Amino acid sequence: MLDKKLRSMIGDVKDGRMDRRAFIQRLAAVGLTAPLANQILALGGVAMAQSPAPYPPTKRGGGGPLKLLWWQGPTLLNPHFATGTKDQDGSRLFYEPLASWDADGNLNPILAAEIPSVANGGLAADAKSVTWKIKPGVKWHDGKPLTADDFVFTWQYAADPATAAVSVSTYGDITVEKVSDLSIRVLFKTPTPFWANAFVGAYGCVLPKHVFADYKGAKSREAPNNLSPVGTGPYKFVEFKPGDLIRGELNPDYHMPNRPYFDTIEMKGGGDAVSAARAVIQTGEFDFAWNMQVEDDVLLRLEKGGKGKTVYAVGGDIEFIAINFTDPNTEVDGERSSMKTKHPILSDPNVRKALALLVDRESVKKAIYGRAGRTTANYLNGPEKFVSKNTSWEFSIEKASKMLDDAGWKVGAEGIREKDGKKLKLLYQTSTNGPRQKTQAIVKQACQKAGIDVELKSVVASVFFSSDVANPDTYPKFYADIEMFQIPMTQPDPSLHMRRYISANVAAKENKWQGQNFPRYVNKDYDAAIAAAETETDPVKRATLYIKCNDLLWQDTVFIPVMHRLLVDACSNTVRPALSGWANRTDNIQDWYREA
Amino acid sequence: MSQYVLRRLLIAIPSLLAISLVLFVVLALAPGDPFSELATNPNVPPEVQAALRAKFGLDDPIYLRYVHWIAAMAHGDWGFSFVSRMNVDTLILQRLPTTLYVIGSAQILALLIAIPVGVYAATKPYSPFDQIANTLAFIGFSLPTFFTGILFILIFSVTLDWLPFVYTTDIKATGIRWVLEMIRQAIMPVAVLGLFQAASMTRFVRSATLDVIRLDYVTTARAKGLGQAKVIVKHVMRNAMIPVVTLIALQMPAVFGGAIVTEQIFRIPGIGSLLISSILSNDTPVVMAVTFVFACLVVLFNLIADVLYGWLDPRISLR
Repeated sequence: MLDKKLRSMIGDVKDGRMDRRAFIQRLAAVGLTAPLANQILALGGVAMAQSPAPYPPTKRGGGGPLKLLWWQGPTLLNPHFATGTKDQDGSRLFYEPLASWDADGNLNPILAAEIPSVANGGLAADAKSVTWKIKPGVKWHDGKPLTADDFVFTWQYAADPATAAVSVSTYGDITVEKVSDLSIRVLFKTPTPFWANAFVGAYGCVLPKHVFADYKGAKSREAPNNLSPVGTGPYKFVEFKPGDLIRGELNPDYHMPNRPYFDTIEMKGGGDAVSAARAVIQTGEFDFAWNMQVEDDVLLRLEKGGKGKTVYAVGGDIEFIAINFTDPNTEVDGERSSMKTKHPILSDPNVRKALALLVDRESVKKAIYGRAGRTTANYLNGPEKFVSKNTSWEFSIEKASKMLDDAGWKVGAEGIREKDGKKLKLLYQTSTNGPRQKTQAIVKQACQKAGIDVELKSVVASVFFSSDVANPDTYPKFYADIEMFQIPMTQPDPSLHMRRYISANVAAKENKWQGQNFPRYVNKDYDAAIAAAETETDPVKRATLYIKCNDLLWQDTVFIPVMHRLLVDACSNTVRPALSGWANRTDNIQDWYREA
Repeated sequence: MSQYVLRRLLIAIPSLLAISLVLFVVLALAPGDPFSELATNPNVPPEVQAALRAKFGLDDPIYLRYVHWIAAMAHGDWGFSFVSRMNVDTLILQRLPTTLYVIGSAQILALLIAIPVGVYAATKPYSPFDQIANTLAFIGFSLPTFFTGILFILIFSVTLDWLPFVYTTDIKATGIRWVLEMIRQAIMPVAVLGLFQAASMTRFVRSATLDVIRLDYVTTARAKGLGQAKVIVKHVMRNAMIPVVTLIALQMPAVFGGAIVTEQIFRIPGIGSLLISSILSNDTPVVMAVTFVFACLVVLFNLIADVLYGWLDPRISLR
């Protein structure tokens, strides 16, 4: 029903009987978010709005210096080697993709002349290819023109395993061909509804062929320009000291009118988040500081009468507690948490549901995350069109106790519940980090009241997130009963985010724990829904499938979402950054300006 | 003498090899890898991380990795950083001037305070000056630099707004203004480090001077009718400074090694902050290089201290 109505609405927008905004509002009313609505329109043949970012400056330059403070400084400036967002942020000052995501999850054309759509012939009907038109007249910083050859080269460069690019997964499975000097076609092996991955966003930055041509493959590390980028971006490279400083100056030939606003740019690295907040908010030594992982209390105190404020961007980053479906204490064939075992306690759905009732998300928000978090019942929290409205959560020790009583878990000695001689004891692990340890304490307290004994464990982040096969404390090994961390959503599409939990992806010894399904969740319905969604070209049906996946995760209590986390930065009162929860901080750096 | 130096240098080789082996094994056994940031990025499948590990040789057995490293090191190839894919020697050389400037100034400040105060306190033991100097010295070396650093920032940057607390390596000024800015931004870190060093050094200078000042030859010098200043400077200090010189020589490697905590607080891009960020990101080649250079300097300055000792005090002969 929804489907039919939607089609007629898309038709209305096409013919101009309904405006784009009204369409998005209608969809929002039925639970589809703006970015999704926009992609629906794009697929329905209406061109995506070229986001009209308000940008008042009327001339290029004249804005003085822009001083950015990244408490982890960028260590390299080749976007295809960037291990973390800090490196992507640094590279993005100089390199540019075809398009980047704006705050609403729309594509904002950068090097593209227009965003591909069915109407302009950019999107193939079978969703197996997309044709991008490149903006004419764009010049590299060294004066050479940007052409389709650069894009084809970037694809070859990143897709070559010998290059050791981190973007190899983005480019490995596609083919890029030159259509004309200013047009390229990206070909997919299978129908790919989410086509905006290659050449979009952080890993989409294009490299100049004439500079990197000799350094493809095994020689990639030797390229002198890994450290002195030649891009198309709003700022030209001046100086780079890894981990410490990046400097750039205005690019007088930049391809967008009146941009950039600032004459020079400087990105300083090092230190810690609290003192970075202080340098922006309290003393005003810097204009913008990234990733304020600082308690809200501290930020509020700094903001009193300060020179800056905190700014927030909503994305889909989710902090959750994951449940282990296998037994972490029994070793089978040299591996714990083996698929051949079942968790003795947590395989009981009542225990999982009771646990979900014992996570006081409101208190966690109040005491820890403050303005930087939103409570949620969903694993998938964005873009709006993919967010389920069918779920709910509550905190109730009584209900949890009753549920456990009914399931046969009776309070035994020392107030700990037990059933069939098994004590209700859980090992709860996470990475070492202030807010996480506090959350652990809040959860533990509620569990104790309900008769569950929780042992807390924290692992240093560099171990917890490492892929070291020999280490027992990594999150994919999951040698604990429950574990908590955050998975960021790096693009406004749930395909990669949700694909992790199909049965084929279970982390196990045979795949060196590289499988991304660390809870070891197995559900045929889930697998089927993901498989269907991945080739579904109808955006509405596709969104429904992902919502179904989210609801399955919720019904089976695979995850207990703790907090939908927002991106938090500190910004001077006068600087107007263009931020998006779906992009890196500097992805729209050309649009930043200062209000007088 | 030259024979002695040569012999000491030869003895140093096996000990340096042993140090490098221990360092390497400890680092190799330490958990984690430089690509952990990729692990939770849903855009990057774990195979990518594994492929990078394989490409950088992180999956090879430890002894092979050590042999590769030592062989390259012998050729003067320091390897490249996994994190920035840049040669380690360039990375270190880039950081060296800042460290030398800040830590070196701090050492000089410490000496300028410690020697006069220590000597003067020793000439008048248990006088009010000595008591005050002692008390301040105790306070000084009981307060850790991370505490005094933050205290200084709160007072001089946040409250009074006199000094910047983020160290910048590219000051946009020339000539005298550049010099002034360089001094202005170094005041706080140099003061924090210098005062901390001065506190313990003052105690040391005082006790060394006290030992000498009671000796008979000093009384003789006084009996000859020499003035107090001449006795102290020419007769007492020359002998009292022998242990102090050793202490200073042994502290020289620290000048190159940087000060991890202080550099972190003030965002000084020195060797110390390079070391800490490399350790945190498991960037083995950089950690190896920095710690190994540090080990070499310790060995070298030990030797220098011994040679200086013999030169200052001819009674000690070097064999």
